[in-house]
Amino acid sequence: MEKLARAHVLVCGGTGCSSSGSKVIIPALREKLQAKGMESEIKIVETGCHGLCEMGPLVIVYPEGVFYIRVKPTDIDEIVETHLIKGRVIERLLYKEPATLETVPDYDDIAFYKKQKRYALVNCGHINPESLEEYIGADGYEGLAKALSMKPEDVIEEIKASGLRGRGGGGFPTGLKWQFTRGAAGDKKYVICNADEGDPGAFMDRSVLEGDPHRVLEGMAICGYAVGADEGYIYCRAEYPLAIKRLRGAIAQAEEAGLLGEGILGSDFNFTLHIKEGAGAFVCGEETALMASVEGRRGMPRPRPPFPANSGLWGKPTNINNVETFANVPSIMRDGASYFASQGTETSKGTKVFALTGKINNTGLAEVPMGITMREIIYDIGGGIPDGKKFKAVQIGGPSGGCLPEQLLDLAIDYESLTKAGAMMGSGGLVVMDETTCMVDVARYFLNFTQDESCGKCTPCREGTKRMLEILNRICEGNGREDDIALLESLARSIKAGSLCALGQTAPNPVLSTLNFFRHEYEAHIRDHKCPAGACTALIGYLITERCRGCGLCKKVCPVDAISGEIKGMHSIDENICIKCGACQTKCPFKAIDKG
Amino acid sequence: MSSVTETMVKLTIDGQEVTAPKSYTILQAARIIGLNIPHLCYHPELSREGSCRVCLVEVEGARSLVASCVYPVSDGMKVHTNTPIVMETRKTVVELMLANHPEDCLFCVKNQHCELQEIAADLGVRKVRFHGEKRSSEIDDANPSIVRNPEKCILCTRCVRACSERQGLDIYCIANRGFNSIVEPAFGLGLDQVACTYCGQCTTVCPTAALTEKDDTQLVWDALADPDKYVVVQTAPSVRIGLGEEFGMKSGGIVTGKMVAVLRRMGFDKVFDTDFAADLTIMEEGHELLHRIKNGGVLPMMTSCSPGWVNFIETTHPEIIPHLSSAKSPQGMFGATVKTYFAEKAGIDPAKIVCVAVMPCTAKKWEAKRPQLNDSGFRDVDIVITTREFARMIKQMGIDFMGLPEDDFDSPMGLSSGAGQIFGATGGVMEAALRTAYEVYTGKTLENLDFKGVRGLDGIKESSVDLGDGVILKVAVAHTLRNAEKMVQKILSGEAEYHFIEIMACPGGCLGGGGQPYPTDTDIRKARIEAIYDADAHMKYRKSHENPAIKELYETWMGEPLGERAHHLLHTHYTRIEGRLK
Repeated sequence: MEKLARAHVLVCGGTGCSSSGSKVIIPALREKLQAKGMESEIKIVETGCHGLCEMGPLVIVYPEGVFYIRVKPTDIDEIVETHLIKGRVIERLLYKEPATLETVPDYDDIAFYKKQKRYALVNCGHINPESLEEYIGADGYEGLAKALSMKPEDVIEEIKASGLRGRGGGGFPTGLKWQFTRGAAGDKKYVICNADEGDPGAFMDRSVLEGDPHRVLEGMAICGYAVGADEGYIYCRAEYPLAIKRLRGAIAQAEEAGLLGEGILGSDFNFTLHIKEGAGAFVCGEETALMASVEGRRGMPRPRPPFPANSGLWGKPTNINNVETFANVPSIMRDGASYFASQGTETSKGTKVFALTGKINNTGLAEVPMGITMREIIYDIGGGIPDGKKFKAVQIGGPSGGCLPEQLLDLAIDYESLTKAGAMMGSGGLVVMDETTCMVDVARYFLNFTQDESCGKCTPCREGTKRMLEILNRICEGNGREDDIALLESLARSIKAGSLCALGQTAPNPVLSTLNFFRHEYEAHIRDHKCPAGACTALIGYLITERCRGCGLCKKVCPVDAISGEIKGMHSIDENICIKCGACQTKCPFKAIDKG
Repeated sequence: MSSVTETMVKLTIDGQEVTAPKSYTILQAARIIGLNIPHLCYHPELSREGSCRVCLVEVEGARSLVASCVYPVSDGMKVHTNTPIVMETRKTVVELMLANHPEDCLFCVKNQHCELQEIAADLGVRKVRFHGEKRSSEIDDANPSIVRNPEKCILCTRCVRACSERQGLDIYCIANRGFNSIVEPAFGLGLDQVACTYCGQCTTVCPTAALTEKDDTQLVWDALADPDKYVVVQTAPSVRIGLGEEFGMKSGGIVTGKMVAVLRRMGFDKVFDTDFAADLTIMEEGHELLHRIKNGGVLPMMTSCSPGWVNFIETTHPEIIPHLSSAKSPQGMFGATVKTYFAEKAGIDPAKIVCVAVMPCTAKKWEAKRPQLNDSGFRDVDIVITTREFARMIKQMGIDFMGLPEDDFDSPMGLSSGAGQIFGATGGVMEAALRTAYEVYTGKTLENLDFKGVRGLDGIKESSVDLGDGVILKVAVAHTLRNAEKMVQKILSGEAEYHFIEIMACPGGCLGGGGQPYPTDTDIRKARIEAIYDADAHMKYRKSHENPAIKELYETWMGEPLGERAHHLLHTHYTRIEGRLK
């Protein structure tokens, strides 16, 4: 029996914190504790993601629950000497609320976490993801045990009663999907977990896989039992090496413990799991393309019907759900559907994980109940916009989503409201934009992404997104034509209506939603050759105004020698040489250089 | 195809009630009410892709428009094929294809045969609103038969599917993705560097000019214009079956007499018939078969008149070479004979003879270039043009083809039997061979000339003939290289207990060849087959060995079948083709 430790030090080992340096913190801490002879007193736990990636590497000390941010190896001595030995909190490593600049020592008091309801992420950051015991200690695999004591049909009824809908973007009712697969004719059936997370800025699936892999395995096993499948695949992109490592470890542990494999928990239910690493094509997140890829063929979607529930992997009935969907299943089974169903809105139950990125103070992952407003997410959880800038729009739903303006900040978020507003839930990526963001440029960015990721199979997506991108490029370069907006709208209609899969059907959304809410920006580019946000370099120029004192700093910093002028004399910029890098403006101590 | 017992469903299309088999797609069901939904990637004989998005329709309740070529019908379904969004989208899709396509319709080889052009015209596309980057790629024409121009490709993947599903070769694949997608052989290699057999089936399904036959018509014009040349032409059995289609005839019409007339008008010095050489092939191949049977030669013997098949064996299955009959193809026998026997008889310097072959086949262009086919002392065959090229030449001359009088082939190499005529259909070579082999072996007259067991479009056909004395000749027939591969596997596994196997690389035999008029589908092939057997039934001679011109050739000049002269001129050998990616 392991000796009980008097304190636990949780070091975040998620990909965000690892890349900001948590990997070196753990050995430094271990070394220090050994030097002090405290290694049996204090337990170091490498956890999954806590969500507040912006502030990483994160270290939490229990039992107090003190939350340290941006911890460096040089801070280790102090953490051990001051906190762990003397019991004093280290003020300078505490989190400060961006709005009030007050320090918050207690994890639970931080605004970022206060409004969250962690359901799928409940264990993330709190248990050692590489320990089956810790997962079981957190009531893991109870949901599976309960499911196995029920009839498969009743398991499906429970999922239906919870109101759980697909978290990968489509929002299809999960229980109904399971029922279709169960009802499909065939002895051999498959369960697939779609872990081909590909939206720019989205990393909720990765965090779940890294931070709580057993939860996904349990969700899949429950699904396998319910639909009558004995084999499953996790399709995970190879760019997620840590997720894959943790999944492999978890599968091996679960097999060893009889939680996967033959005769699970003494029942006659068998379920084996495989991992299939994808090469990272965005389109492989589309279920038919994903299955083609698992089969070893080129990852391209095919028309449906037949749906995977009837003819999926190798032509067999197949149930595909996304990581987050599966992560919700164990708790729904363990606690019953009622708690989950009590959260959220009429049509969208439970919670949703959002990835907050862009011009927002608290970049990271937040799990919130459906029905929360965008304002609460951005300002209360996200801590608002940095540098006192003004909010302009939030892009939601990944490249298939849309940009919502300020007037929709109080929109209660669910599948239907977002779609109605011209965006979509998607996988839950939230990109916040401030006044310096050009909305035409944003549309161009996302279209460039979908255009690049188009598989090339169907004409509207392959050719149409290319033409849309070309039009957006020329608008941003100041060569837009008067009929370009009409052309974009016409193309968007055809691509939406005519594409083969959801990638193409939703690809025009960023353009349509920005045209809807920010049409004046397009018009300014085309008619006035101006970029109101000052972001499109072809449309901006720098001008030295009368405030110039002739200090010469701008001339010195200019990388292309575009600035001339004598010391103490007024300087000027040669527009023909200027590359519009903005270095002069940043450097000018007198704010004498205007952008326009 | 629907069976009688299949469940029927009721749906409405554009407000009209339609009862259709449950297995039908919307596109198929629409045809019941005379509605032809435009389509490009769809091909009735290939798997369904649903990728071009031209055949989009609106189905009430569906989230977006659906591709009618793949979407199954169901009870109560309400389909609209011409709503504003359908019409706009369909037109935009075609416009997008044109925006990434060379604007050279007027002088494109497929002008007026191009499905993209036809659909654009039908849909009323009058301008292209998008002008931007276009796919730029080099033309692949380093082989003798096929020209691949990826700039004209619309990525419908019909060629990919035809090559894979019909021929089992998988020469083409899609490389890259998105706007950079391109259909090409693996690693972007040329067709001459991969195991392509030049069968040309890809050219028959390509809706545009991305895949076409190599045009050799100018070589023919040049030869005809050269006063020092003596230009003779031979026409394959299937050319006369398909040619009329190029001039508005329904498929299945035979235009032998008009074809001869037009060739004479073109200025050929002699208009001869490959059918004559087909009879010659039967004499040699039939005797070779009997020789192999009597002397314990390699069996089963396999035909060697289809160059796509020969290329396939030499490239992919060289271990099968000993099974191939050493008899040259009719085209090859004709060339070797015309520059020796005919030249001698007519007193013409064989060096001046240009032998032009009109063939239903793109691979024949390759065959004519085989190094070993020069037994006459010259290239046996100089120029090969396909039926399609031939039709273009007729059009260039401005001749009213259908108004031409009927004319007869020149002698001596213009006379043929029904056995030579049926070479064009799958099973035809076998039937012709059996007619001769039976009589030669038994010395008896064959009562019933029709070997119906080897006729028809089944992929693999088997039959047997009782030659008496307890000898049962077992034969098999296969067409398409996919079925040929099955035969090869049967031989390799020792299962094939046949004496003789006929293989044709193309579906239906030469009449469905890669050089035949567009389009070619099962119904058209059936009509062509019927025409061939009908012609055979009305021929004066129906057995190769009874053809007087053949008899005269052997009696006065060639000697015995398989004799020394025949061996030298009418037989060949095969070699393994190395260095091509398989």
